[in-house]
Amino acid sequence: MNETIRILQANLGQSLWETFEMVLISGVIGIVFGTVLGLLLYYYSNRLFSPRPVVNAVVGFIINAIRSLPFLILMVVLIPLAKLLAGDPYTPMGGAVSLSVAAVPFFARIAESSFAEIDQGIIEAARSTGANFWLIFQEVLFPEALPSLIRGIVLTIISLIGYSAMVGTIGAGGIGNLAIQFGYNRYDTGVLISVIVILVIIVQIIQWIGDFLAVHYTRG
Amino acid sequence: MSQIEITDVSVTFDQKNRTINAVQDVSLKIETGEVYGIVGLSGAGKSTLVRTINGLQKPTKGTVVVNGVDITKADKKALAASRKKIGFIFQNFNLINNRTIGQNIAFALTAGGYPEKKQPQKIVELLSMVGLQDRQDNYPAQLSGGQKQRVGIARALANDPDILLCDEATSALDLETAEEIITILKDINERLHITIVFITHQLEVAKDLFDRVAVMENGKIVEQTTAYNLFANPKSNMAKRLVNRFLDEQLPDEVKDRLKDQQGVILTLKYQGDDSLDPVITEISSNTGVSISILQGRIEYIHSNAIGVLAVFITGDQNAISKAVAQFTQKVDMVEEVAR
Repeated sequence: MNETIRILQANLGQSLWETFEMVLISGVIGIVFGTVLGLLLYYYSNRLFSPRPVVNAVVGFIINAIRSLPFLILMVVLIPLAKLLAGDPYTPMGGAVSLSVAAVPFFARIAESSFAEIDQGIIEAARSTGANFWLIFQEVLFPEALPSLIRGIVLTIISLIGYSAMVGTIGAGGIGNLAIQFGYNRYDTGVLISVIVILVIIVQIIQWIGDFLAVHYTRG
Repeated sequence: MSQIEITDVSVTFDQKNRTINAVQDVSLKIETGEVYGIVGLSGAGKSTLVRTINGLQKPTKGTVVVNGVDITKADKKALAASRKKIGFIFQNFNLINNRTIGQNIAFALTAGGYPEKKQPQKIVELLSMVGLQDRQDNYPAQLSGGQKQRVGIARALANDPDILLCDEATSALDLETAEEIITILKDINERLHITIVFITHQLEVAKDLFDRVAVMENGKIVEQTTAYNLFANPKSNMAKRLVNRFLDEQLPDEVKDRLKDQQGVILTLKYQGDDSLDPVITEISSNTGVSISILQGRIEYIHSNAIGVLAVFITGDQNAISKAVAQFTQKVDMVEEVAR
């Protein structure tokens, strides 16, 4: 018991910070680039904008290709890229590289479907005013898709927390690494259970905040 | 030159195994300031046709010229400029759900290049026109269907259009609310001289709104006439079908049942003007010796012109009945024998 507390005191803060770092970096990159890609897919497939089946199919294929790799394999394949970008692949920054590569296509599909869910009639009405695409994005697509995008962001962040544990096992650190190193390899069940409880609480809080915001931005 | 000139327009949709001819060789001319109705059953191609007017739908063939601009050949910029002057209102209102009423209208104003500083005042003006000036900060979900459509009208009028396209604008509303919307549109047409193109499958709602009407069936225009003539004297089968449904001259089954065993002929008489047919009936009755009883009768007003519909039952001997029917056919505008 004392040993468990000692391990947690020495490592928990650091591990949580590393996980936070990985999830934050890959989350931001995934959401920003994923939204752009998702918007592109939507723009090139909607008949009210600019249907370009070929562009849509090519972008769609690349996204599917990345998404079809199990994360464990993607992570290993991207070690050279992580080395190139972050110097040392076995750091949170290095781990964030493969997490970002996984997050972008994941969120791209989420964003695409969030936009596609918007009633075509509303888009027609917007097009009828003569508005340009940028204005339609700001004033129609974004507010109408926002609740669904928020739910997608929650889904992405929770998935990234899960994947970050996997990155942890190859040495990028984080709370997953803590659980494996001490809880599993050193048979310290106390550490393992503590990590599980902390993860459950974190995920619950994120889900709760996400639900609250999604409801808040669904008006009326 | 007419304000809207649609010439030989066809729209086809290619689906996997077949081609759908939504609109076929339609030509129409719509004049400045008139209210032009396009009626037909669902799926007749009305919505597709009206969307070619503001370029939401590109015709497969033919030209659409609006205010001298060929919409089918216009580049992006010219098309956007034309659209600003063509308001559009929809069956399902299509307001931005997560933006307030004021923001919905501001969007249209910004799209039309209206200066941001002057927008608040213009929004109040537009909403006052439809009686919703105090609902600016509400979201669409807080409004009733009729109110949403009124916002739709205010939005469509944001950039002072000279044409208003209405796609089944009243079809999602109950009859009373629909009439309110029709009144607002009529007022807009009269006060602001905005041309209105109104599509509907509900003839009854719009009978007082239309100046001229086109009847559509399977992508084609089968009849073009004035509103009054459409009701008084429909020529195509589709027009007759729509008008008859409206005038509802079919007799209730109960009445038919009651007359089942009696010898005689049921006629429906349709006549223009609101004079009574009593003298004619009395005259024919005494000329031929048949007895005539009135089963059903009513008068409809289209643009303050009356159309009377009367169902009568004629009994007597076979010869006399034939003579009576012949005399009715001579003296009354439209006579139809009701199948028994």
